[in-house]
Amino acid sequence: MEPVVMSPPAAALLDVAAGALLLTAVLVVWRRDLPTILRIFTAHGLALGALVGVLAWAQRSVELGLVTIGVLAVRGGLLPWLLRRALAGAGPARREVRPVVNVTASLLAVAALVLLAFSVSVPLVELGESPATRAVPVAVAVVLIGLLVLVTRRHTISQLVGFLLVDNGITAAGFLTTSGIGLVVEVGVALDVLLAVLVLQVLAGRIRDTFGDVDLGELRELRDR
Amino acid sequence: MTTPTLAALAIAPIAVPALTAAGCAVAGRRTAAAAGIGCAAAVLAVAAGLGAHVVAGGPVEVAGLRVDALSAFMLVVIGAVAMVAAIAAPAHVAAEVDAGRLAPSTARRQGVLVHAFLAAMAIAVLAADLGVLWVAVEATTIVTAFLVGQGRTRGAVEAAWKYVVICSTGIALALLGLVLLNHAAAHAPPGTGGHGLDWAGLVTAAPGLDPGVTRIAVVLLVLGFGAKAGLAPLHAWLPDAHSQAPAPVSALMSGVLLAVSFSAILRVKVIADAALGPGFVRALLLGAALVSLAVAASLLLAQRDYKRMLAYSSIEHMGLLALGAGIGGAAATAAVLLHVLGHGLVKSVAFVGAGRIAQLTGTSRIDRVRGLVATQPGLAAATGLAVLALLGLPPFSLFASEFAIVRAGLAGDGPAAGWAVVVALGLVVVIGAAMLRHTGRMLLGPAPDGPGAAAAPRRLPRSTAVAMAAGLLAAAVLGVTAGPLAELITHAARTLTGAP
Repeated sequence: MEPVVMSPPAAALLDVAAGALLLTAVLVVWRRDLPTILRIFTAHGLALGALVGVLAWAQRSVELGLVTIGVLAVRGGLLPWLLRRALAGAGPARREVRPVVNVTASLLAVAALVLLAFSVSVPLVELGESPATRAVPVAVAVVLIGLLVLVTRRHTISQLVGFLLVDNGITAAGFLTTSGIGLVVEVGVALDVLLAVLVLQVLAGRIRDTFGDVDLGELRELRDR
Repeated sequence: MTTPTLAALAIAPIAVPALTAAGCAVAGRRTAAAAGIGCAAAVLAVAAGLGAHVVAGGPVEVAGLRVDALSAFMLVVIGAVAMVAAIAAPAHVAAEVDAGRLAPSTARRQGVLVHAFLAAMAIAVLAADLGVLWVAVEATTIVTAFLVGQGRTRGAVEAAWKYVVICSTGIALALLGLVLLNHAAAHAPPGTGGHGLDWAGLVTAAPGLDPGVTRIAVVLLVLGFGAKAGLAPLHAWLPDAHSQAPAPVSALMSGVLLAVSFSAILRVKVIADAALGPGFVRALLLGAALVSLAVAASLLLAQRDYKRMLAYSSIEHMGLLALGAGIGGAAATAAVLLHVLGHGLVKSVAFVGAGRIAQLTGTSRIDRVRGLVATQPGLAAATGLAVLALLGLPPFSLFASEFAIVRAGLAGDGPAAGWAVVVALGLVVVIGAAMLRHTGRMLLGPAPDGPGAAAAPRRLPRSTAVAMAAGLLAAAVLGVTAGPLAELITHAARTLTGAP
């Protein structure tokens, strides 16, 4: 694989896109109002598309340009739309009422996770150093923030957002390290994620029907004692 | 064999279940039942043919698939467990429909999803590319989600949600691991890599992979595929999903799905051992094994639900697989593979038995089931034998494989494996005592004289009896001799330990 030579403006734009990716992930943790979270999540998907777009431009790659359009359509359009539809069908609750951890503590945890991401990513950056690999820690941080959202939020829609943040972070890491992992796998992954979200959307509806609520703290039917 | 014949044989384990799934969508219940058995038989026959071919002529790459001894052996496991499940499923479904718990349309959908599930597992074991393997494993989560949530009760919906969230997230970690592995492969010295995520290419390139990046990738891959294999720490979905899914589906999930995901870990281990030395994955696997065994032991002691008891027993056996894989070497790896098959057969029999008990008694609580030997002698005998086999008693093959793992651990290099085996043995004894006590209470003693207890017919449906007897018999025969399978297992273990 040839090392990617990147012009200074492209490198600067890449940093902006990566910054937007991280910032929007942090904002998701900060807000508790679900429609706002979904708007931020849309921006997150668009930032991911922009990141891939900058890479395509820097490498003058038409193929990657086409992938950019796909990423923008799925991550910035289709998935946020599915989540908005799921929220509309999820009953009256529009806020994350009782997160497991309060917002201040979550933001402190985010700070710690970002530090952790930068420290564990050292070998990733050092291998084939380029402006793109220098942004890999941001992608790892997004994955960790997504995991945090997943374990500390109790609304079904918030958990879906957490799951998709993890996924967006992994996609970003894939493009930043080697510009993707092969077309068949790429399409398969996108399809799997889409289907997983559809399945979870249906299950969220069933949770509302059977439990009368979408607060996952109520899921206590199955325990060992 | 000519290349087109080979290609057809390699694609058949994927195509036959996929076509059966399509057929189940339109066929009547009787035809679908026969097709299910035919599908399992076809997968078994093709697996035998492919196994004979790769033992004689080495691995084959065709049409994006890679058939080596391990994939042929895993196909045997898929076919064998699918056979037990396919024979037992029609009677189970019929009883559910008669009791009004299952709509005929849902029963039809169960047939479609089960065969799509089999096709996805076949892709997972045959994929030449680790990325395709990942896509197939995630696809199994998606197709089984609605099987787990089929009951539509609060418990079923909750189990399905946890199942999809934990498994999809866990497996997402594995995807990140693959991305990083791809990163390492792209920067391997020229001439060694360049195959992307092709497994054979990665094995060749492994000594040149950057150790720092590979280490992170391997941790993520073991954690991610370990989630789907039911290994601690990401095992929390398993007891819920296995206790809520319909019994024939639990048999497949417990008997093969866990093992298919574990075989992905075995493939990753080959790359990791060549890139990082054997110590790294060994430490990860031994740790996961002991934690899984400890979790299983602590939650089995006071267990109240017999389906959850079987689910925790699956966590125990996955822990034993991780123990054997962690010990490493040809003998332990061959024992691990034999254990995969033995556990698949016996656990599917146990789940079929548990499903029948639940239908007869209307409860899955251990303390509400009493004296089954008196009211249901056949069912009680088969279930009891399956539990004894799960505890590792001879003549069943789990005795032979557990014994071989222990012996390899005590004889192996380094004290870590030896200590791990000693601790594991202690936990296995605790688990055995707990399961024996719970099962003994259910099977033995006088029959309850409550209403309805005597109403059920004493005899098992013939197909259920055949499925349980066949599974137990196969496991017992394997315990005495693996026959022609022995050579396939030896070859697969050689593939996995890097020996020529």
